[in-house]
Amino acid sequence: MKKLWLVVKREYLTRVRRRTFIIATIVTPLAFVLFFVVVAFIFSYQGDKTKRIAVVDKAGLFSEEAGLADNGSIHFILENRPLDTLRANYKEENLSGVLYIPPITNLYAGSYTVQYYAPKSPTLAVETAMRERIGKRLRQYKIEQFGLDEKALKAIDSNVSIDPEPIDESVKDNVSKLASSIGAGIGSIMGIIMYMAVFIYGSMVMRSVMEEKTNRIVEVMISSVRPFKLMMGKLLGVGAVGLTQLAIWAVLIPLLTSLAGLFFNFEPPKMDVSDMPDIDPNQMEDMMLLAMQEIRSLNWWFILPSFLLYFLGGYFLYASLFAAVGSAIGDDIGEGQSLTIPITIPVLLAFYIMFSAVESPDSSLAVWSSIFPLFSPIVMPARLAFSPPVWQVLTSIALLLAASVFFVWLSGRIYRIGILSYGKKAGWKTIIKWTFSKM
Amino acid sequence: MDQQPILQLRHILKQYGDFRAVDDVSFDLPKGSIFGLLGPNGAGKTTLIRIITTIIPADEGEVFLNGERLHERHPEIIGYMPEERGLYKRMKVGEHLMYLAQLKGLSKQDARRAIESWFERLQIKDWWNKKVEELSKGMQQKIQFIATVVHKPMLLILDEPFSGLDPVNTELLKDEIMRLREEGATIIFSTHRMEQVEEICERIVLINRGKKILEGEVSDIRQEYKENLFEIRYQGQLDLSFESEVQAIVENKPGRLVIKLEREEDSNALLRRLLDQGIYLQSFKEILPSLNEIFIKTVNEKTETAVV
Repeated sequence: MKKLWLVVKREYLTRVRRRTFIIATIVTPLAFVLFFVVVAFIFSYQGDKTKRIAVVDKAGLFSEEAGLADNGSIHFILENRPLDTLRANYKEENLSGVLYIPPITNLYAGSYTVQYYAPKSPTLAVETAMRERIGKRLRQYKIEQFGLDEKALKAIDSNVSIDPEPIDESVKDNVSKLASSIGAGIGSIMGIIMYMAVFIYGSMVMRSVMEEKTNRIVEVMISSVRPFKLMMGKLLGVGAVGLTQLAIWAVLIPLLTSLAGLFFNFEPPKMDVSDMPDIDPNQMEDMMLLAMQEIRSLNWWFILPSFLLYFLGGYFLYASLFAAVGSAIGDDIGEGQSLTIPITIPVLLAFYIMFSAVESPDSSLAVWSSIFPLFSPIVMPARLAFSPPVWQVLTSIALLLAASVFFVWLSGRIYRIGILSYGKKAGWKTIIKWTFSKM
Repeated sequence: MDQQPILQLRHILKQYGDFRAVDDVSFDLPKGSIFGLLGPNGAGKTTLIRIITTIIPADEGEVFLNGERLHERHPEIIGYMPEERGLYKRMKVGEHLMYLAQLKGLSKQDARRAIESWFERLQIKDWWNKKVEELSKGMQQKIQFIATVVHKPMLLILDEPFSGLDPVNTELLKDEIMRLREEGATIIFSTHRMEQVEEICERIVLINRGKKILEGEVSDIRQEYKENLFEIRYQGQLDLSFESEVQAIVENKPGRLVIKLEREEDSNALLRRLLDQGIYLQSFKEILPSLNEIFIKTVNEKTETAVV
């Protein structure tokens, strides 16, 4: 046990102290935050300079009261002068263009064309602003002209949503429509974290095994430590590195994001509610509150420990396989690519199944994949937020733990022979033979 | 010398598929000796060493270390420097040696003390905080050697210890090996550099194709394999009238003659005749075969008989 502890300690400390680890651990959240800052900046970008657009309104849509609101850097000026004068003087008046709204002749027409006179065709932002403002005003105008009730009009179109309810009366209804989209969000985040963790830390283990082989230190090592202990030490050490990194990120990312939010005074990208006539701003706020409530009401005491178990199970299962492959690879990393394919295929499959699982968490594909140990570390975390039946989670965890013990054992058998075979290129056939052969 | 051998190998057998890497090998290793384990490439030396160091188990046969059957804690009294050796490049020298020493069962304090005294002896005190990758190959070999002996092993196994070392460091290492022996360690020395074996080893075992083909004291073996060759160096005109009495004249150059006698006892009679000739005799000596010659001869012989 003392030797195992020494190996774990070395594997952990050499990695954590390494400059690349420190940089990766701190730069990743910074990059993350920078990404959000940039996104927020793009969303709030207002154009470079004010564009002045004169509007000649022959249809009488706009007035001083119901004017054309400015949109960011686009400034509209309602004009009484005739179009020709403005077209002739646009340069002197520093206008980007002149918008001509012709009189409305047919109220029933579905399309309506206005003219925009400018040296250049309008940018997308300008065009959108003009179209939206005129469209909205035109709708208002038509409602007035037809003498319609605006509230009644709004009520005509209905959004139909389907709320899944349990058929058995004794079962509590816990899946609302909102809950399922929140579940999908949390599920995919957890699935993606698992997917990345398997690859990042798995290949870290593999490189570490290969390094010992190419450095030729492995024979020195196993004259004092049993190969299985050496491999376990590596798995535990790198696993601890992974947990450390995740823990630091879990603290740093939210912290830095909110700090950046305060510092740059950026509001998180939000939809301009006022532009969407269908959604009541109050309703939007209610939805946010509901979502927060929904997230809080999730059984985190169940989800987080299960997630940790899947992290550990999935990590040991795949990292041990990566260790086995690392021991079979000679000095040539390129050679190793073909050996890692059988490991990456189930991980990739699980990754795709995960996306289908957040869409329909109770489909038989999702259920069976989240129980099958090669897929469950990625698929089940994606289902956890949908409160899957407890027996499924327990079965899947039990199977996963059993499978990871089996794969660690299996990889140990490959590893003990692989690390002592130099120069030979080992294919999968040889590797399988190793598992059954004596040392 | 102690009566009980430090290492006893009894009918060791190791098979990989159809290939017998070690085939019924037995020998004893007296305490305090320097022992050469010789053999051509692929003869089974490394496999044998791996069995002794408990890295791999033997299929059949038994190994006794200090009279005890080989067990899990034995590696702590063995120091093994494999032919394929290396260090973690990114670790600091001191930290690295601490790690390896603690893996051999030393406590932190003992490990530090032992390493510091080695640093002092080899005059590399300021290396503690250097990274391994900053050291030259020869310097790394020194660290490797310290790592092998830091826990004061009773049995030291060195596989090609001088490969990659310059003459100065080779001498330094030889001196250290001799010193360790004087302190009571037994040394197994595996190599194909025969001149080093002749210089260092007292006893050897020669292995070929997994089988032991020769064992014994170096001086005995050379006596045993001698072919009664004598070298005569002289000045003057030599009369070869004794030609019919010798088995063969192997070499005849002005001033140097090599002859082969039927029996070594005949050398006295020959010497007398030479003295009677009145030439100026500079030297008259028996040529003993070098281990290299014996090595090549026995390996080829056995290979031939194996083929036939």
